[in-house]
Amino acid sequence: MQAFAYASPTTLKEALALLADRWGVADILAGGTDLLNLLKDHIHTPQRVINIKGIKELGGIRKTDSGLRIGALVTVSELLASPEVRAEYPALIQAAEGIKSVQIRNMGTIGGDLCQRPHCWYFRQGFGLLAMKDGRSLVREGDNRYHAIFGNQGPACFVSASSFGPPLVALNARVKLVSAKGERELPVEKFFVTPQSESEREIALRPDEILTEILVPPAANVRNATYEVRQRETLDWPLVTASVALTMKGTAVASARVVLGHVAPTPWRATEAEKVLAGKGLSAAVIQKAAEAAVTGATPLSRNAYKVQLVRAAVRRALEAARPKA
Amino acid sequence: MPDYSWPAPEKRRVIGRRTNRVDGFVKASGRAKYAYDIKRPGMLYAAVVVCPYAHARIRSIDTSAAEKMKGVAAVHVFDGSAPGTEVLWAGWEIAAVAAETEELARDAARAVKVEYEVLPHFVNEADLSKAKAAGRVKPAGEKVTGDPDQAFKEADVVSEGVYGCPVICHLTWEAHGQVIEWKGDQIEYWPTTQAVSSIGNELAKALGVPPANVHVMQDHMGVGYGSKFSPDRWGIACAKLSKQTGRPVKLFLPRDVEQMIAGNRPSHYARIRLAAKKDGTIIGWESESWSTGGMTGGGAPPIPYVFTNIPNQRLNHTAVQVNAAPQRAWRAPNHPQASYLTCCAMDDLAHKLGMDPLELFKKNADYTARPDVYRWQLDKAAELIGWKKLWHPRGDKTPGHIKRGLGIGVGTWGGAGHLSNCRCNIYPDGTVEVELGSQDLGTGTRTVIAMVAAETLGLPVGAIRVKIGDNRYPFSGTSGGSTTVGGVSSSTRKATMNALEKLFERVAPKLGVKPEELEAVNGQIQVKGDPKKAMAWKAACKLLGTEKISEMGQNDPKNPMGLNTGGVGGVQMADVSVDTETGIIRINRLVVVQDCGLVINPKTAESQCYGAAHLSICAALYEERIMDDITGRMLNPDIEFYKVAGNPDIGEIIVHLDIRPEHDKRGVIGLGEPPVIPGIAAIANAVTNAIGVRVPYVPMTPDRVLAALERRSA
Repeated sequence: MQAFAYASPTTLKEALALLADRWGVADILAGGTDLLNLLKDHIHTPQRVINIKGIKELGGIRKTDSGLRIGALVTVSELLASPEVRAEYPALIQAAEGIKSVQIRNMGTIGGDLCQRPHCWYFRQGFGLLAMKDGRSLVREGDNRYHAIFGNQGPACFVSASSFGPPLVALNARVKLVSAKGERELPVEKFFVTPQSESEREIALRPDEILTEILVPPAANVRNATYEVRQRETLDWPLVTASVALTMKGTAVASARVVLGHVAPTPWRATEAEKVLAGKGLSAAVIQKAAEAAVTGATPLSRNAYKVQLVRAAVRRALEAARPKA
Repeated sequence: MPDYSWPAPEKRRVIGRRTNRVDGFVKASGRAKYAYDIKRPGMLYAAVVVCPYAHARIRSIDTSAAEKMKGVAAVHVFDGSAPGTEVLWAGWEIAAVAAETEELARDAARAVKVEYEVLPHFVNEADLSKAKAAGRVKPAGEKVTGDPDQAFKEADVVSEGVYGCPVICHLTWEAHGQVIEWKGDQIEYWPTTQAVSSIGNELAKALGVPPANVHVMQDHMGVGYGSKFSPDRWGIACAKLSKQTGRPVKLFLPRDVEQMIAGNRPSHYARIRLAAKKDGTIIGWESESWSTGGMTGGGAPPIPYVFTNIPNQRLNHTAVQVNAAPQRAWRAPNHPQASYLTCCAMDDLAHKLGMDPLELFKKNADYTARPDVYRWQLDKAAELIGWKKLWHPRGDKTPGHIKRGLGIGVGTWGGAGHLSNCRCNIYPDGTVEVELGSQDLGTGTRTVIAMVAAETLGLPVGAIRVKIGDNRYPFSGTSGGSTTVGGVSSSTRKATMNALEKLFERVAPKLGVKPEELEAVNGQIQVKGDPKKAMAWKAACKLLGTEKISEMGQNDPKNPMGLNTGGVGGVQMADVSVDTETGIIRINRLVVVQDCGLVINPKTAESQCYGAAHLSICAALYEERIMDDITGRMLNPDIEFYKVAGNPDIGEIIVHLDIRPEHDKRGVIGLGEPPVIPGIAAIANAVTNAIGVRVPYVPMTPDRVLAALERRSA
């Protein structure tokens, strides 16, 4: 990795002062499970690395009237051990369980999960986020078996690697982003963006901001679940995931959010599936119809049409997991 | 001359007992030192610069910026990488930089400026028509035996299929590399190698120094799978950097370079037609195969495999050249692929005949070199997996999306002992050393040597000091071809018996008998069958005064004297479940039935089978070198997308060592390779049995399984 200056501030204010107003100057180190690889592979070559692990206020899970506040530094293991998360948010627990490495669970943070870079193999080999070479899209013309089947009409064909993005979008969560100038909140859904040029990023975080907190609305009446289709039971990226959050009215679904992972440059709302579910009971037929609707508008690339079928399976299984037990 | 033959089974006290590894504790506690752990005073760290292009000509190499960097001790341009050189694969070694720290070395490597003229490349061989269009094929010519045309005319049934397995990498967990300290005219060399006794000679030759001046040391090593016999270009570069700087140098390949150039197993693809009679007797074989092992192309697979005597064969093979580093021997070279091709074709034939494949395999066993062994092993494996109860015709008809199936694979291997010399030293204080210039790849070689010595000398295993991993010990062969256990057990048996005979000469007069009337049992030298007329081991050794006994023993592969031999059969059966909605395959059970002659340590022998089964599962479901057509690069030179099975993915592995008396009496036979052969075929056939359609290529990834299912529905 390229040599860099290293800072380990203990307050958010100090950390924010070390950030720059453009990408590439400073990188934030939390769990380091992604950043260290980016540094070693020279994909990121920052001048400064700012370790935020010493900032106490970025940790902890708190239950409030407006829901759960999860500090950005909360690790996957802490999330798994949290009774508050377990009680109301199985979609988050199931996503955490999909991270099969104990080491990554112990080091990796929820904030880092949302901010991690895509794992497109062209990007990681230095061909850029959009993987263009001599005017050709390496992804479109090359090996795209793990790439996007939705939202891939623009130049970005990678998939968001975030484990928690899809369940957080489904749960209508928000993120708090803080800079030296102030703070703002965004729905997680708006936090993920599809870059249109090589100079853009796949998240709405600005280079001078730190993601400090995730705010998840109460979900006592929201049946929610995540299902990950994974080839291996050991540490591996899922091929497709589906997270569902169903706001119930009796035994019927009042409104639904169905969000897919590993299928698009962002967590992907399957709005057609949501429409199928709204106002209906979760019969096998409705679930089947929703699973079918979830693939509406899929535009698979040359080698990843199989993911369309995986979406059907993932949505069906997530809905079955969320269905109230008879 | 003593009678070296192995003790009769009922007389063995150590051999045949499940014995823990003698180095288990140092390994489990992290105290075992591997080459990667060697740290010499003043040691420099080296990093390599490799070519990023699959095909290019080196225009210029400018090392000046790297040389000027603070902390950089030397920059070496690899022999064979001078400007003007045509580079034929990505990962080709260009230069190596030695610096004070590993980080500095890597930075300096990036500062070496290399200009290339990029040339056209070709990297994927799976589609033979594309290879032909690219002019990258070399037909090997046709081989015909009997009259295949007539056989196919006379056949009641003809089946046909296309099968293929891609190039996979060795993925040795301990990367390739070494530490070298070149002092004066002496070279101290810590490699990670399968060839302790010979690798130094090879390095000496490359460097133009006397072989006697190269001292090779290796206590432990983290597998080689056939890729670690030679010093390689990086070993030679490491030595030259040490000479240039006058300091010890450590050079290990990073994982990506390791994956690109430090070993791969060739692919094998084939279209196979089988002709058979109604009763299942195969009467003809036709195959058109193709493969690659890099720029040299790929050799023909040994098909038909195991059933070699199938009459009326027509074989055509085409070697395909791709811009990728050359193949290396991979645990049972070409056998797993040949087993896969042959057993899948036979399984498809059984389906076409409406026959149980178990019956078809047994019916045609006379075409093998060991019909009775295979029939017995097929029955044994069938019993262990519950074939009668669980097998069904192709396509699991039970409701639901999880489909279960069973499949068969077979294998064969040689495994006779290599040339091995052993020295046994017995000291006056009773200490026993056995010295061999051998190596323990993690297989349990050290333990087996200790067990043989303990058996012979009537001592506990812990009383034996095994000294291996140093080329100053007597020459012992390389660990390749499953030749080690036969070699080292036989040479150790002979050396320890020769030493014991010398000790008997000292003890005999004291006990008033002739030396040949003595035996060593239970820690004492006693008159045969009379434990009361005895002398304790230590007391006996004390008779040596100030002398030590030092005796040699040799295994001569041309005359193993019945101690070891080669030639084994193995059968594996897989039980899998396939999720037809996701295409994901889970291994329920893999039954391994394997003969391997006399088994010295059943525990480590079974471990070999477990490890081998694990590799078969990797190859059947996950492993694949993925090459990018446009960039010419390997897309997964890592362990993130180069997938291997983890513990939750391997299911239950059931090992049955076929150690019936008729195998035991053949002597010791190597087991490193045989059990890695039949597994891929067994799993592929089980998947086909489960879902009712062939997934033509491995690894059987979800996309391929779903595509096969779609074809079935269509």
